[in-house]
Amino acid sequence: MHFKARAGEKLRDTRLQQALAKAQGKFVHTRAEAILELENFEAYRDAAASIRDRVIRDLDLYLEQFEKNASARGAVVHWAETAQDVNRIVCEIAELHGVRKAVKSKSMVSEECALNEALEAAGVEVVETDLGEYILQLAHEPPSHIVAPVVHKTKDEVSDLFEQKHKKPRKTGIPELCREAREVLRPHFLSADMGISGANFLIAETGSTLIVTNEGNGRLVTTMPRVHVAITGIEKVVPTLEDIATLLRLLPRSATGQAITNYVSINTGIKSRDDSDGPEHFHIVLVDAGRTKLLGGVMQSMLRCIRCGACMNHCPVYQNIGGHAYGWVYPGPMGSVLTPVYAGLENALDLPNASTFCGECAVVCPVKIPLPDLMRNLREQQTEQGLRSWQERLALKIWAWTALHPGIYAALSRIAARILKGMAGGGKLLHYLPGGHGWTDGRDLPAPEGRTFRELYRERRR
Amino acid sequence: MRVGLFVTCLVDLMRPRIGFAALQLLEAAGYEVIVPDAQTCCGQPGYNSGDRSPAKALALKVLREFAGCDYVVAPSGSCAGMIREHYPRLFQDEPQQLEKISELAQRTYELTDFLVNVAKLQNVLGSFHGSITYHDSCSGLRELGVKNQPRQLLAKTPGLQLKEMRDCETCCGFGGTFSVKFGDISTRMADNKCNAIQASGAAAVVLGDLGCMLNIEGRLRRRGDNKTRVLHVAEILAGEEGT
Ligand code: SF4
Repeated sequence: MHFKARAGEKLRDTRLQQALAKAQGKFVHTRAEAILELENFEAYRDAAASIRDRVIRDLDLYLEQFEKNASARGAVVHWAETAQDVNRIVCEIAELHGVRKAVKSKSMVSEECALNEALEAAGVEVVETDLGEYILQLAHEPPSHIVAPVVHKTKDEVSDLFEQKHKKPRKTGIPELCREAREVLRPHFLSADMGISGANFLIAETGSTLIVTNEGNGRLVTTMPRVHVAITGIEKVVPTLEDIATLLRLLPRSATGQAITNYVSINTGIKSRDDSDGPEHFHIVLVDAGRTKLLGGVMQSMLRCIRCGACMNHCPVYQNIGGHAYGWVYPGPMGSVLTPVYAGLENALDLPNASTFCGECAVVCPVKIPLPDLMRNLREQQTEQGLRSWQERLALKIWAWTALHPGIYAALSRIAARILKGMAGGGKLLHYLPGGHGWTDGRDLPAPEGRTFRELYRERRR
Repeated sequence: MRVGLFVTCLVDLMRPRIGFAALQLLEAAGYEVIVPDAQTCCGQPGYNSGDRSPAKALALKVLREFAGCDYVVAPSGSCAGMIREHYPRLFQDEPQQLEKISELAQRTYELTDFLVNVAKLQNVLGSFHGSITYHDSCSGLRELGVKNQPRQLLAKTPGLQLKEMRDCETCCGFGGTFSVKFGDISTRMADNKCNAIQASGAAAVVLGDLGCMLNIEGRLRRRGDNKTRVLHVAEILAGEEGT
């Protein structure tokens, strides 16, 4: 099924619409309030964008620095060129350490490679511990948002799901539901051999990985099991802790409207003799999976992305259809850029076109990624590669030719104004337009006045 | 001072009276207004559909046609935004053209922006008896910073009362070819906008772009609202709001 068909389905899904309406108000409103706390939000955005640009310009240098410092603290850095490589590497690590159960905190990169399936095929039990991801694992659904993965579900749906899967009396209050999930998850933390996390940032100067979470599950995942595997994209590296301080002022505020998340965990190296907890083995898997293709090209600014989700929260298209319609891991405006870039232009033809270019995503993006411009660029690539329908190409050709021939253009507009007015039959509206059902299925077309400006202007001047 | 009126293709075809309203306002502000006869379209349909070459050809056509004007003014944030923000990008790699194009971009304005910030218009021509709510069109708002300009002018309009709607800055769902290609999403977005307009209790929604106008009016009428009027800001300011 394609984006368009899925989007149509989502528009008719009343439960989803309820869930989306609730989430939208929350995200937009809380972010608006949170950014007011920063005296000069725009200056922070500039600073954040320039930190990210600096890294991307010298990505190899910072990655080498990161690897050196991480290794010095006993971590092992692995380089994964493709999604398959990630799965292979993590399965090998699991085998090496005799892992039978893995607990996982949220990692979108692991969604890119469908890691859970790969581990399960290798005989490793995987338990998602982020509440949202846990719910999705029970429901066998993919995330629909990069920060709030289960935003498409209502509380009632979660109550039903827990009752069915946990086989306990149905709970309806959010605290009770959370407690039940916690009770189920605790034993898993204690019995897991391996913890898998993502990383919001990699800190080059210390060789640390950093995660921001609100539930504390990330901290358990990264410290309790004897093996910790952190998986993230190579672009997530940041030079210094000082830079992190700048980015952390923006990330939670843009994502959830929080000044700071409940937990900010910095993991550096393996457990030392004096440490009371921490993993004995720390593996860091740095993933390319298409990212280096963006370097030096027109899409490079997309690598600045810090995965805050603000662009989707504020996107009027996402707000109305949710994330699943986009078809792959990343939804909303950032997904409409990343999916074609990572999964292939021809595999996501609708996405770059599914935007009104209202521009709100670029206004809210904390690292100033010009998302509409990138989508427009992808549209241009579609044209160059002959990926547009002949109907569309023909229509554009006709439009371009007439617009460049004013005499003919004027004559055609004169005719069109009259025909359309005639079709409204004395009324002011057209209810139906041959070939224009995309418009008239849901809207009337206000009829033209009947004569063009050009005609009337000439007459008045005479 | 000479102002070239960029009528825009939609005003020319659908709502000539908005063009005349703009013309009157500019003349009332003391400018000599010329309307190049061969003008057609700013090039957005091509540009936003991933085809730069017709957009570039049309940009050069606009450049030629408005060469003798001190300013270029359009009753549309979308078309003015195209010229101001996007024309220079089209010629980024052609320094010779870029200079002239950038100079054109800098003297191009959206109508209310021009009336407030360049013409410093003191009095408007029209009056309006009743309440209105204002829809901020995307390009005008986000590319050109058109936000207070129309409100300032509307505040000078005798009898007019502004009732802001919720989410007045949220896109109405038009988006050019998006409105046809993704008709159902576009309709839903228009629906949200109609809900906000109706909840404001205003008798009319006023805006500055033809695309949004057709979209919002089309959806209001399809929903059976034949009462809420949909007006271009120029119509009100010029006292040409018709019937
Ligand atoms: S593109 Fe910008 S707004 Fe969207 S997720 Fe990335 S950083 Fe956040």
